[in-house]
Amino acid sequence: MTTQTAPEKIPVTVLTGYLGAGKTTLLNRILSEPHGRKFAVIVNEFGEIGIDNELVVNADEEVFEMNNGCICCTVRGDLVRIIDGLMRRKGKFDAIIVETTGLADPAPVAQTFFMDEAVGAKTKLDAVVTVADAKWLKDRLKDAPEAKNQIAFADVILINKTDLVEPGDLSELEARIRGLNPYARLHRTERAQIALNEVLGRNAFDLDRILDIEPQFLEADEHDHDHHHHDHDHHGHDHHRHGNGLKHYHDEDMQSVSLKTDKPLNPDKFFPWVQDLVATEGKDILRCKGILSFKDDPERFVFQGVHMILDGDHQRPWGPNEKRESRIIFIGRKLPKEKIREGFENCVA
Amino acid sequence: MTDTHAALPSLADRARHVDVDGTVVGVHFFGRTPVFVLGEEALLFAPEDGARRVAIHAGGILASVADGSRIVTGGDDGKLIATDADGAHQVIAADDKKRWIDQIALGPDSAVAWSTGKTAHVRAKKSEPRSFEAPSTVAGLAFAPKGFRLAIAHYNGATLWFPNVADAVPHKLEWKGSHLGVTFSPDGRFLVTTMQEQALHGWRLSDSQHMRMTGYSARVRSLGWTVGGAFLATSGSEQLILWPFDGKDGPMRRQPKMLAPSEARVTVVACHPRQPVVATGYADGAVLLVRIDDGALIKARQADSQPISALGWDASAQVLAFGTEAGSAGVLTL
Repeated sequence: MTTQTAPEKIPVTVLTGYLGAGKTTLLNRILSEPHGRKFAVIVNEFGEIGIDNELVVNADEEVFEMNNGCICCTVRGDLVRIIDGLMRRKGKFDAIIVETTGLADPAPVAQTFFMDEAVGAKTKLDAVVTVADAKWLKDRLKDAPEAKNQIAFADVILINKTDLVEPGDLSELEARIRGLNPYARLHRTERAQIALNEVLGRNAFDLDRILDIEPQFLEADEHDHDHHHHDHDHHGHDHHRHGNGLKHYHDEDMQSVSLKTDKPLNPDKFFPWVQDLVATEGKDILRCKGILSFKDDPERFVFQGVHMILDGDHQRPWGPNEKRESRIIFIGRKLPKEKIREGFENCVA
Repeated sequence: MTDTHAALPSLADRARHVDVDGTVVGVHFFGRTPVFVLGEEALLFAPEDGARRVAIHAGGILASVADGSRIVTGGDDGKLIATDADGAHQVIAADDKKRWIDQIALGPDSAVAWSTGKTAHVRAKKSEPRSFEAPSTVAGLAFAPKGFRLAIAHYNGATLWFPNVADAVPHKLEWKGSHLGVTFSPDGRFLVTTMQEQALHGWRLSDSQHMRMTGYSARVRSLGWTVGGAFLATSGSEQLILWPFDGKDGPMRRQPKMLAPSEARVTVVACHPRQPVVATGYADGAVLLVRIDDGALIKARQADSQPISALGWDASAQVLAFGTEAGSAGVLTL
């Protein structure tokens, strides 16, 4: 008997952004470009989309807690139903875009794809794309926890309406965003103009294609000083980089902790540690990612997580000239940095 | 793939193949004529002398129920449509905002209930149309076997509503979580919901006593009552799960019967209308007839890795019809 290959999972892009940042503009842009792709779109308000699309579904943003009240297991019940319904029409669309309200927390949307087996079997989360208002984001980071969540959670951030602010303000805003989320891709846009491949098909949750988790602000530093290599020893480079190009900001309650070591790790120490960490701190950990080098293991191990949900697997063999280095990053609220650092260092084989 | 059921007696070769274009999401009968509900737009009438496609919805078909004289479907075009044995169809209701109609139930007095968002609607022949606002999106509807009472599943429980009693206070049954489907036991003593979690929840209606039915490997998406209401048969595990409802306490403190184990998960169940037999469809494409008394198995469809998505008996239990996600269908006359 022939074995059929598993059907391709439909990618799902989540569009977030505070009120008025330009989500709908981006959505209309995605739908109107001549890309030949067909999207099913899940929106929270009918009538805002200017494009005629029969596969526009109105969602209610009904968030509920699974497993009797664990807040890290919140999912979007309406998405479960809508995706069940949409999959009856597979073949009619290549991808799904979920637009959330300006006040939405992206986590329940993301968790839906890991918590519901039927949804996870047919679709996969591609990326969380956050549109930020270049002029107002700085204020919203002070007074709107939702806006901060959306930035911290994102894989891709569009700093939109850049034409309305001075270049200096923009650099400062980018530094603030980096303080919250060092690994998202940042783009400056006007009227949400961006190449679609920068927001779609990112595979940001795909373990096989886990993006380089080297924090992106280091990249920016390196562009500014090309003599500046990052292979000198520094534990948690999120502290030490005050490059000329980017001032580094520390947000008081939302930060990232990124750690690395070139010593091989002991999996029997690492897994219990990371599982315990997300079990105890998962409420405050928005996202985590890691590439790990285990002792006597020829393959790279990669993992990523959302709150308490962890997903990990062997990815591929380490290359002959590849530096075997373990790197992990946590983004969250009021993270116990020293406890995490010590715990990680104790996992060395 | 290994065929765990290779040695079973088989009727699979006797099934008549039906050409279907598209996912099969349901199957109903007019007499002995099977009618397949497609994922998009149409019903496929499949008598022996040639299949006929009847387009009824402008878009996906999200729910279907039947009572022998009509098939009522709800679509993502916001329409509720009744189709008769000749294929004639009429719109019963249309949502002005084109909201999805994905829950439907048929009741006494030709009553039909459906939902749009949080609103449950009921229309019966002899009474005014009525509606009920649930606390959250309606995720399941079922009429009680006696009287004119509708169960509505939603977040954190289910509500029993008497549409014809103007001042009756709806009776709330509470249990935290998302309740997605709902069914009354045929004797009307129990109400059971399927949950977002891999579990069923039940209430004994006389005293609202809770029942939790757990142990599944997936969300339960298909269930049915065996003849006389002796068992509730369900999908959601790598075997047919049968919860006993024969005693006064139903399944409380009792184990389910577990029959027809497989490497593949059960996706759809259809109870024989006259015998203690359950047609059981699997994710690997197999369909087995399972006799409850002794667990005897007969193969009705060979596994071919196409998940079974629809399964049904005609009222006389002479014909079994099945359809798959990938879009193949068959009819077995016993």
